[in-house]
Amino acid sequence: MPEAATSSLTLVPVGWVVLAGAIVLGLAWFAATVDGVATARAEASPTGLGRPLREVARLMRQRRRATVEADTPLWRIGSGGLVVIATLMVIVVPLGPWTVFDSPVGVVWFNAMDVCVWALVWLTGWGPNSAHGLVGGYRFLAHGLGYELPLMFALVAPPIAAHSLRVGDVAAAQHGLWFVVWMPIAFLVYLIGVLGFSVWGPFSAAVGSDIAGGVAAELSGLDRLLFLTGRYALLAAGAAFAVPMFLGGGAGPLLPGWLWVIVKTIVVLTALVLARRRLPVLRPDLFMEVGWLVLLPAALVQVLVVSVIAVWRG
Amino acid sequence: MFVDVVFWVMTVVAVVMGAAVFVVDSMARATYALALSFVAVGVQVLLLHQDYVGVIVILMMVMEMAVMAVYMVMFMGMNPALMPMSMVHDKRKALAAASVVFLTLAAGALLIPWPTRRGQPSSDTTRALGEALMGSKMLVMTVVSPVMVATIVAGIVIASKRSRYDRLGDDLRGAADHSADPQRGGVGR
Repeated sequence: MPEAATSSLTLVPVGWVVLAGAIVLGLAWFAATVDGVATARAEASPTGLGRPLREVARLMRQRRRATVEADTPLWRIGSGGLVVIATLMVIVVPLGPWTVFDSPVGVVWFNAMDVCVWALVWLTGWGPNSAHGLVGGYRFLAHGLGYELPLMFALVAPPIAAHSLRVGDVAAAQHGLWFVVWMPIAFLVYLIGVLGFSVWGPFSAAVGSDIAGGVAAELSGLDRLLFLTGRYALLAAGAAFAVPMFLGGGAGPLLPGWLWVIVKTIVVLTALVLARRRLPVLRPDLFMEVGWLVLLPAALVQVLVVSVIAVWRG
Repeated sequence: MFVDVVFWVMTVVAVVMGAAVFVVDSMARATYALALSFVAVGVQVLLLHQDYVGVIVILMMVMEMAVMAVYMVMFMGMNPALMPMSMVHDKRKALAAASVVFLTLAAGALLIPWPTRRGQPSSDTTRALGEALMGSKMLVMTVVSPVMVATIVAGIVIASKRSRYDRLGDDLRGAADHSADPQRGGVGR
C-alpha cells in the first residue's frame, strides 16, 4: 500500500487536544439532549431539553455506593475510561484543515481504541463484585465477538480505496464521490459497530433492565455520570469518524470545512441516538450468528468489490 | 528528550506491570496488568516509527486480554477466577527458570554487537521491516495465513459440541426439533 509520507493537513500543537475533548463532551451533551427530548415525547412529558442538566446535577450530588469486596481501582478505570477513549478516537479526525494527531495509521488507531472499550466495559462490570454487573460484562464481550470483526472489515474498505491508512488521505480521496455512495454495506456495518462499542440501542443488553442495569447496576454518583457520558461520547466519536471515512470529510458548499465536519457529525449522531427507539435489543447469543454469518461475509464482499475497483482504477 | 522520557516511563510500566501479574491475587488484575505491560511495549514499538506494528500490538493485546477474561470464567472449574487466588505455582523452579531466561535475553541484548546506522531509514518502515523479515518467502507467508485461518476454523468445528447435524438433522434438511435447540442461532436456521 503506497503511503504518502506527508499529508495536506495542518498539524496543530498537542494542547489543542483539550478542544477535541471539549467538542466530544459538547456532542455528548447534544446526544443526551436528543435522547432526553425523544424520551420526553414518548412519555408525553413536557420537559425534555433540561434532562441532561438535571441528571448531571443529580448524579454530582449523589453519594457513592460501596459494595463488599469491590475491586475499586479496576472499577474506576472501567467507568472513567470511556470518555478518555472517545477523546483518543476523535483526535485522529481532521476538523476541516486541522488535525491534532496526523497518524499515518489513523484508521488502525481508531480500531485499537474501540477495542479498548471491550476491556473498560468488562472492568466496569467486574469491579463492583456484583453478579448483575459481571453478567452485563460478559454480555458485552459476547456482543463484541459478534460486531468487532465485521466492524474491522468495514473499516478496511475506505483505506483500500484511498490507498492510505491516514484519515486525512481517506477524506481527501473522496472528492466528487463520497465513499458512502459506493460502499454502503461497509457504512451500514460500521454504524452497527458504533452502536455496538457504545453499548447503545440494539447493543444495550449489557446494561439491560432485565439484569437490573447490568454493567451500570452498581454505578452511582460521579462514576455513573462518567459512564453514561462515556457512552454518549463514544457515539459522538463514532459519528465523527464516519465523516472522513464515508461522508467526504469537510467537503460541502458554502460553509467552511470544519463546520461541515461538525454538521455531518451531528446528523449521524442524531440518527444513532434515535436508533434506540426504533430497534429492539439484540440478544448476544442470537446476534453472534448474525454477525458471523451475515455481517462478516457482507463486509468481506464489500471489501472485495472495493479492492477490485481500486485495482482497476490503478 | 521527549522520546527518552516516554521510552523510560514505558520501560518501567512494562516491567512493573509484568511483575505485577505474579504479585496480585486476582485473575482480573493479573490479566489487565499483563495487558498494560503489552500496551507499554506497543508504545515502545511506536517510538521505533513502526506505527502500524505498534498500534496493532496495542489492539491485539487489549482484545486478547478481554477474551481471556471470557475463558478464565468459562474453563476454570469451581470458578476460582472470581475469588482471590495466588498467581504462582511451583515458585522455586519457576523463579529459577524465569531468572535464567531473563538474564540470557538481557545479556544477549546488551552484548550483541549492534550494527551502526548506514544510510537513511526507509520512508515506509513497516514495508521495509516486512521485506527484511520475509523477503523472498513472501509467497509462502501469504499462503500460510489462509491455511492458519482454515486450521483455526476447523479446530473450532471439531471441538464444537453441537454441529450442523444436531441443528439440521442427519440429512441436513432441517429436520431437527428447533424447540429443543439450546443454541438457536440468530439467522433462523
